[in-house]
Amino acid sequence: MSEEKRKDAVQVTVEFSGGLEMLFEHQRKLQISMAKKGEEVPNVAELVSHLCNDVMKDSRKDLFVLDGTVRPGILVLINDADWELEGEDQYELQEGDNILFVSTLHGG
Amino acid sequence: MPPTPCALCKTNRALIVRPKDHSKLCKACFIQVFETEIHHTITANKLFHRGEKIAMGASGGKDSTVLASVLKTLNERHDYGVELILLSIDEGIKGYRDDSLETVKRNAQQYKMPLTILGYDELYGWTMDQVVEQVGKKGNCTYCGVFRRQALDRGAARLGVKHVVTGHNADDIAETVLMNLLRGDLPRLSRTTSIVTSTPSAASSDPKSHTNIKRSKPLKYAYEKEIVLYAHHKSLDYFSTECIYSPEAFRGSARALIKNLERVRPSAILDVVRSGEDMAKLVPGSDDSCGGNCANGAPAAEEEEGGCGSSNGRTAGGEMANMEQQLAQNELATENGLEVEITAGAISGQSHSSGTTPLRNREKKTKNKSEAVASRKPPKQVMGKCSRCGYLSSQEVCKACVLLEGLNKNRPKNAIQVGYEAQDTDNADSMATATSRLRNVQIQAD
Ligand SMILES: [Zn+2]
Ligand SMILES: [Zn+2]
Repeated sequence: MSEEKRKDAVQVTVEFSGGLEMLFEHQRKLQISMAKKGEEVPNVAELVSHLCNDVMKDSRKDLFVLDGTVRPGILVLINDADWELEGEDQYELQEGDNILFVSTLHGG
Repeated sequence: MPPTPCALCKTNRALIVRPKDHSKLCKACFIQVFETEIHHTITANKLFHRGEKIAMGASGGKDSTVLASVLKTLNERHDYGVELILLSIDEGIKGYRDDSLETVKRNAQQYKMPLTILGYDELYGWTMDQVVEQVGKKGNCTYCGVFRRQALDRGAARLGVKHVVTGHNADDIAETVLMNLLRGDLPRLSRTTSIVTSTPSAASSDPKSHTNIKRSKPLKYAYEKEIVLYAHHKSLDYFSTECIYSPEAFRGSARALIKNLERVRPSAILDVVRSGEDMAKLVPGSDDSCGGNCANGAPAAEEEEGGCGSSNGRTAGGEMANMEQQLAQNELATENGLEVEITAGAISGQSHSSGTTPLRNREKKTKNKSEAVASRKPPKQVMGKCSRCGYLSSQEVCKACVLLEGLNKNRPKNAIQVGYEAQDTDNADSMATATSRLRNVQIQAD
């Protein structure tokens, strides 16, 4: 993609597991490029709304985002750490970050 | 943010925030602590005996995969001396179990454990696809759920195994506790919250009988979040799915409530589990106590509690206080025009869980009322055995046998299905109706 390695964007790896991948056409891993707005670095909240509004094709948006944030029961790991340790959705994305969304809501 | 160091080893970077106490742990310490807590659950409750053969219910999902991994680890680390086998149930829905059974087969190889897969056709004479063919898509979840409840016990009996462990976690238990509370079904709390359940001791002497299978839940105090994180950090191979038949709406709501509570107050999940355990002790007919109802020897209790009526002599001060609360609550319930057909047991449960002070001056009047209420429709809460198959049941014939009879008679619809549909109603206005209808078709369930 032409978006790659742009100076005005942050490229991160997004992963879905625990059944969440089913809401994203069974994709487990995506490369996402988030544009910077001037000096402002995009955060996880913006990544989540981008995923929900622009990437997710499944109409059941509330299974991923509920009341403006990631649905309770979905774990978010930022570079393998609980997002609680990183400032939750206010965490500012850095080039090469790995953001993993794991559903605990799906059965087996 | 600078990396947070692990609260235990103080060296590695913390990756996990534990929901129960907010402690921040590194990967290695988290795995160690998680396994150790399950070891404590097993030893404190004396779940296993040396030489015992134990079947683990295996679906390929996160809970049963983590259960198998942890039990294998602990059995080796602490030398429990138990023999662990995997038991999977195939509902017989074409394509549905293919991936999950493949996962279980890989697990069996990874953990070097023997695996048995038993189908509904072998256990009941019907695959789910055949059931759907007969009864249609609507209502078939009823059959699947009822059959599933007994399937592991029936399967274990076939294998000559007396002990089945399942992957029920703290979130599952909390969810079921809430559902029972919201339905006013306190009598079922005991079985829900017990870490070990077994069918009545007067079990058949037939070694192949599934009436004396012990069931236990070693992950009962483990958060679902930690189970998922354990699977993630140990790179366990598990399978996730959406049930192809939509989950029961009421259970879904209870689940959402639990997850919302967890976000606000993570300890809430274990608190609900503990509250459920405490309330279960107070419910008549539970393993732990006859509860306030029996102690008083009220007519309703005598009729419905079987042997419990003879326990008058055991009345303790605390039980009397409970009884007074219950009576007060009965009147309140009647005055407020609440569902009058709620069982006496359910009402007593409400009073135990509410923190209200006993209203002494109303005792006499309310007692009469409670008798009137109770005698109108005798509550049914005795857990006996199904006269056909011997499975634990509150009815003469268990749900599975009723459903099977219907299937075998080519009768596609029956009353039970209607009851289940009522159960799915989320509309608050129809809850009372649904509750009273449900009472007649009490599904004995976990
Ligand atoms: Zn550590
Ligand atoms: Zn039966």
